[in-house]
Amino acid sequence: MRLDLPRLEALWLKISIGTLASFLLIIGIMAFGFHLHPASSRYAIDPTRVNETPPFDQPGLYAIGPNEYRAVIIAKLFTFIPSDLTIPKGATVHFMITSPDVIHGLSIPGTNVNIMVIPGQVNTFTYTFKRAGEYLLLCNEYCGAGHQMMMAKWTVKEE
Amino acid sequence: MNRGDDGATIHTAEHEFPLPERRLFLAHFIIAFFALFLGAVAGLLQGISRTGLIVLPAAIGYYQLLTLHGIMLAYVFTTFTIVGFLLLGTAKTTGGTFTPPERRLAWGGYVLMLAGVALDAVAILTNEATVLYTFYPPMRAMPIFYIGVFLVLFGSWLPGGTIFAAYRRWKKAHPDAPSPLFAYMSVATYILWLIATLGVLFELAFMLIPWSLGWMKTINVGAARTFFWFFGHPVVYFWLLPAYIYWYVNIPRMIKGKIFSNLLPRLTFVLFILYSIPVGLHHQFGDPGIEPIWKFIQATLTFFVVIPTLLTAFAVIAMFEEAGRGQGATRPFEWIKKLPWKDARFLAPVVGMLFFIPGGAGGIINASYQLNQVVHNTLWLPGHFHLTLATTVILTYIAITFWAIPSLTGRTYTPQANRAANLVVVLWSTGMLFMSTAMHVLGVLGEPRRTAYTDYAGADVVESWVFWRALMGSGAVFLFLGIVVYLGVIVYLMMYAPQAERVVEFPIGDVRDKAPPPPPILERWGLWVAIVGALILIAYTWPIVELLTQTKNGAPPLRSW
Repeated sequence: MRLDLPRLEALWLKISIGTLASFLLIIGIMAFGFHLHPASSRYAIDPTRVNETPPFDQPGLYAIGPNEYRAVIIAKLFTFIPSDLTIPKGATVHFMITSPDVIHGLSIPGTNVNIMVIPGQVNTFTYTFKRAGEYLLLCNEYCGAGHQMMMAKWTVKEE
Repeated sequence: MNRGDDGATIHTAEHEFPLPERRLFLAHFIIAFFALFLGAVAGLLQGISRTGLIVLPAAIGYYQLLTLHGIMLAYVFTTFTIVGFLLLGTAKTTGGTFTPPERRLAWGGYVLMLAGVALDAVAILTNEATVLYTFYPPMRAMPIFYIGVFLVLFGSWLPGGTIFAAYRRWKKAHPDAPSPLFAYMSVATYILWLIATLGVLFELAFMLIPWSLGWMKTINVGAARTFFWFFGHPVVYFWLLPAYIYWYVNIPRMIKGKIFSNLLPRLTFVLFILYSIPVGLHHQFGDPGIEPIWKFIQATLTFFVVIPTLLTAFAVIAMFEEAGRGQGATRPFEWIKKLPWKDARFLAPVVGMLFFIPGGAGGIINASYQLNQVVHNTLWLPGHFHLTLATTVILTYIAITFWAIPSLTGRTYTPQANRAANLVVVLWSTGMLFMSTAMHVLGVLGEPRRTAYTDYAGADVVESWVFWRALMGSGAVFLFLGIVVYLGVIVYLMMYAPQAERVVEFPIGDVRDKAPPPPPILERWGLWVAIVGALILIAYTWPIVELLTQTKNGAPPLRSW
């Protein structure tokens, strides 16, 4: 068997470019066809005055529509405020979250909720809780000595 | 030329480095070995403490270990190894020695880097800099920590000047010839590095250092993070490209092959310069303050790395096959049998290449704009870069030192050393198979990275982590044993191995005769720098302007550890 390396190389290059094109097509369709974007926002806040700045002067869960809520959350050393909440199954939650101290991260294992929390910025993300059960909210960015204890529990109740 | 261990060809030197060169190169490798040892001890303790089965004494903080591990391995071990290797190969391919001014410049860099390492060691060991190797503000370490990182990174610029000068000196003497491949690739690696470090050096010099000294009351956290990640992604290609140099240039010589092409490796490195910098936002997909479209654009640019990666896979395997066929293999895949599998200097990088397949696939997942949400800041991420950096790259660096140390000390790489070296490869790949697999699974199950052992007050999800945590910890034990055996081999090669009659040559491959010469445009560095400059301006200007102007107030410093 003789090898025709230039021909094989050209074929390989075509396969490579095809692979790249298919990856880009997939993330493009998901982003602009299905509107799937990671957590984002353009909403600055003074990190030294979080407690006095609405809506973070009153963190909590607010009903804004049929089974639709806004969760206003402060992530701070080493806790989430509010910490434990109960929501009905199928609830769509619009997260609004910021930090008055250092960088934190909010993630909920088993869901796509994965939000960076950066002092000076408010981050937003929307998620619908379709399964009932107990959810663990944890801090997933190192924030100090008690980082591993920074958590909250949400219960999604069967209606 | 004679038969070496287990079928590999050992060339004895027509060329030996003069003493000043040998001292310079060895000085770099020695610091790298110390950093590797410190990082490995920290890694072992982290791995076993995260199982929850063993509790660390209260005086040893998990996050302090993690900072030590990251700084020593990601910055000190890598940078010193890379500088030593690139200087060695560039000196050899541009005439065999550096000029005294070139050498002085490299020593100047070495002194700055070493001073930086000392400052960082003090800051970390006194627990005044437990901020991890990403040092995100507004957690504030003591100022000498940031100054130390600055000195390590800026110090690494100076040997770049040595490499550029040697390359220019050679080009002047040979105006019409394509430059030696090793020197070309070193120049390309350094161009990438100089541009990449601009981001973090700016962050350190104009934000972190003045702020940590109290000259600035607050800091713009989002902007600082963005300057860090301007550097934080290309740094991984700075680690990877020297491994590619070994695959492209050094391996052909030891397997009786030829460098497959004089164009492809150069093109690969130019593509890395272009597509490694305007991509840092893919580490910040979940960040506030940055419009999604910019994240998407940088995700797209990130994916272009697929091309030089797959080109390299083709070129390296083609080179293997041609080498095997050149030694009489005719049937399909018979060439595989002709390769020197029993020589650790071949086995280690090839095992590394195999680990690069899942490593690269995982990287594509991380860069995927949507899938990233599932894995961001979970253990999946360290699982990923322990395949790419801590297996593919490290195994290649290990092979490099098995050539470099004997050729610099004039000692022999004996069959006994080779057997121990093969044991290193077995321990390392077994350990990493356990640890990295466990980390990937734990990541998908939601366990965060950079987090001390916790059961989250008995949360249900933690039950599914228990087995994998134990597997991760046992992998760390294998890896630590691997480093112990490796450093044992290194001490042997430095001090106890028998003196060689003729010094072992550091292998530099020849380009195969049929390969066409590379087009001169690939050596027009100004052009490539201008293109990458334009790409950076397009990808970064607006996000940076927004982060700097939309802020209401910076964040004051905190010590939360």
